[in-house]
Amino acid sequence: MTLNRRTFLSTSAVAAATLAAPMVRAQGKPRVVVIGGGAGGATAARYIAKDSKGDIDTTLIEPTRTYYTCFFSNLYLGGFKTIDEIGHSYGGLAAAGVNVLHDWAVGVDRDAKTVTLAGGGTLNYDKLILSPGIDFVDMAVPGWDISAQNAMPHAYKAGSQTELLKAQLKAMPEGGTFAMVAPPNPYRCPPGPYERVSMVAHYLKLNNPTAKIIVADPKPKFSKMALFQEGWNNHYEGMVDWVGEDFGGGNVSVDHAAMTVTIDDEVTKVDVANVIPAMKAGRIADIAGVTDGNWAPVNAADMSSKMDPDVYVLGDASQQGDMPKSGFSANSQAKVCANAVRGALTGSKVFPAKFSNTCWSLIETNDGVKVGATYEATAEKIAKVDGFISQTGESADVRKATYEESEGWYAGITADMFGAKA
Amino acid sequence: MRALAAYLAAAALAALPALADPGDVEKGQKLFQQCKSCHQIGAGATNRSGPHLNGLFGRKAAGLDGFRYSKSFQRAGAGGLEWHAETLDTFLENPRAMTSGTRMSYRGLKNAKDRTHLIAFLRQYSDDPANIPEADPTAQGIDHDLDPAILALVGDPEYGAYLSGECTTCHQAAGGDDGIPSITLWPEDQFVVAMHAYKTKKRNHPVMQMIAGRLGDEEIAALAAYFKDLEN
Ligand SMILES: Cc1cc2nc3c(=O)[nH]c(=O)nc-3n(C[C@H](O)[C@H](O)[C@H](O)COP(=O)(O)OP(=O)(O)OC[C@H]3O[C@@H](n4cnc5c(N)ncnc54)[C@H](O)[C@@H]3O)c2cc1C
Repeated sequence: MTLNRRTFLSTSAVAAATLAAPMVRAQGKPRVVVIGGGAGGATAARYIAKDSKGDIDTTLIEPTRTYYTCFFSNLYLGGFKTIDEIGHSYGGLAAAGVNVLHDWAVGVDRDAKTVTLAGGGTLNYDKLILSPGIDFVDMAVPGWDISAQNAMPHAYKAGSQTELLKAQLKAMPEGGTFAMVAPPNPYRCPPGPYERVSMVAHYLKLNNPTAKIIVADPKPKFSKMALFQEGWNNHYEGMVDWVGEDFGGGNVSVDHAAMTVTIDDEVTKVDVANVIPAMKAGRIADIAGVTDGNWAPVNAADMSSKMDPDVYVLGDASQQGDMPKSGFSANSQAKVCANAVRGALTGSKVFPAKFSNTCWSLIETNDGVKVGATYEATAEKIAKVDGFISQTGESADVRKATYEESEGWYAGITADMFGAKA
Repeated sequence: MRALAAYLAAAALAALPALADPGDVEKGQKLFQQCKSCHQIGAGATNRSGPHLNGLFGRKAAGLDGFRYSKSFQRAGAGGLEWHAETLDTFLENPRAMTSGTRMSYRGLKNAKDRTHLIAFLRQYSDDPANIPEADPTAQGIDHDLDPAILALVGDPEYGAYLSGECTTCHQAAGGDDGIPSITLWPEDQFVVAMHAYKTKKRNHPVMQMIAGRLGDEEIAALAAYFKDLEN
């Protein structure tokens, strides 16, 4: 018998279920499974479903029902955004035709081409896309492991961790000390820790002006350093003490029971300790066997794994070359990957890869700065082509326009990831 | 040796702005007729539907207090656009290349000589370089109109759809322009002209100069073809 759409729709639900016609048809379609519904994964799933117009069966696996963006989470700490303003649901992806499964992926069998879920199911794939973000390297900061994350939050995955850090910030005694342990390279969002310092300083200036911020940094310099240091001097004079590698910033340990941070053998009792340890690809990339060391190497042209042509790794977890680990980068890589995956599965046209990134940071009210670059795929890596950075001493007008632009970007990228808000 | 010296002298002279054709103020005044219904200039000039044009040279775009400028103009001003002979020349040639959303309905003055005259006329109402050495020089118009062959390119919307991924990270496909302007449903020719203005750095925005800087003519045409009738 043939079932056209009209007769199918007019058949009762029970009859349709017994006929199972849609299942049979669905199984004939190529299948893409995406693990991780963040900047990389949500974008890839949405573009594949939307652009294949239903010709590819696209499933997204993501445990949380609300994705809190790390981007703008520092602005939440500073009081510029509410937590709800940085939360996004997956309704728009479902509307675009993505099957969204709220579960954890716990296993990948690359020979059988299957993914197992914590909830017990198994999914087959033709192409697998991993965008699981980051996890932390064990014992990277002596005295800290993931079990210490309530006493000393990292707030480097947004959501409850960010709320916890904010609560601790609010509870600081007058004139108290906020310590940050900054991560070594490479890590997600190079300007992120320093935008956070700025936002914490903004909050303290208004609410606890005699409080201090100490940053222990294993690096000798950091992203947009001149811009941040200029801003800290202008807006928060005397509040921020940045201890770089040259002054022992890399020789750090913490004691979460005693709430102390030890920098180069000098023990300091602190009120809040924001420990951001060294990072590695989200664990599932390891489980899938596509990592080499801490990250998953990929081919620049399509983001396919160097270990398996049917597996792609996006965003922070990937080791691709020159792009910083940012939401903008992950989103950019996802679109290149979606185009390639669609081409491989349905024969649609594949266009050459093109990548770009811009990271905005807020230093103080209406004082925004940015850094950006364009990239291309070479045989070895994603290579930087051209870039720009905000200048020190820019006028207040320029800085305000830059901040307003970041608001526009936030609206843009979240719509690009999750579909436009209804 | 002497030939080289002469050559160098000539080259140096050619580079001097003093050589620039200052334009004919009277001809400029006639050309200004078409601006008059909206813009006043000279003693007692006030803002009408357009801002007054006294002291225009060295003024920041959207720089007059008390005049309600379009968002496009405000953005351009915040981004550092100032009115000098060169920027005015680019602007007058095709206002929408520099400020896509300007409320000024004027389509532009295509003839480079005419622009020189008009600019020379406008120049009379700003500080005079003869009296104030640091005041703006008066330069001549240059023809930098887009090659008609570029405007005539027919873009491939499918390619544009792919390339648009680079745009929609910031510019919402569904429109909306808080902080970043909408580019959805932008008329094709205006899109092309604006992208080339960024590419040649006539229009000032570091991100857009970088993005447009590596778009080829075909790619710009493809994007324009895609965004002009993007449905949501
Ligand atoms: C404080 C801070 C500020 C930042 N600011 C900016 C900014 O201004 N601009 C910018 O561009 N970037 C910014 N970033 C960086 C940006 O957040 C990340 O680079 C981006 O989120 C990376 O995308 P991703 O897809 O790789 O990972 P994520 O967005 O982290 O997504 C990973 C997803 O995978 C899911 N997941 C993980 N493991 C599994 C599994 N086994 N099964 C199923 N799901 C799984 C997680 O739940 C998560 O939702 C910032 C980051 C931080 C921490």
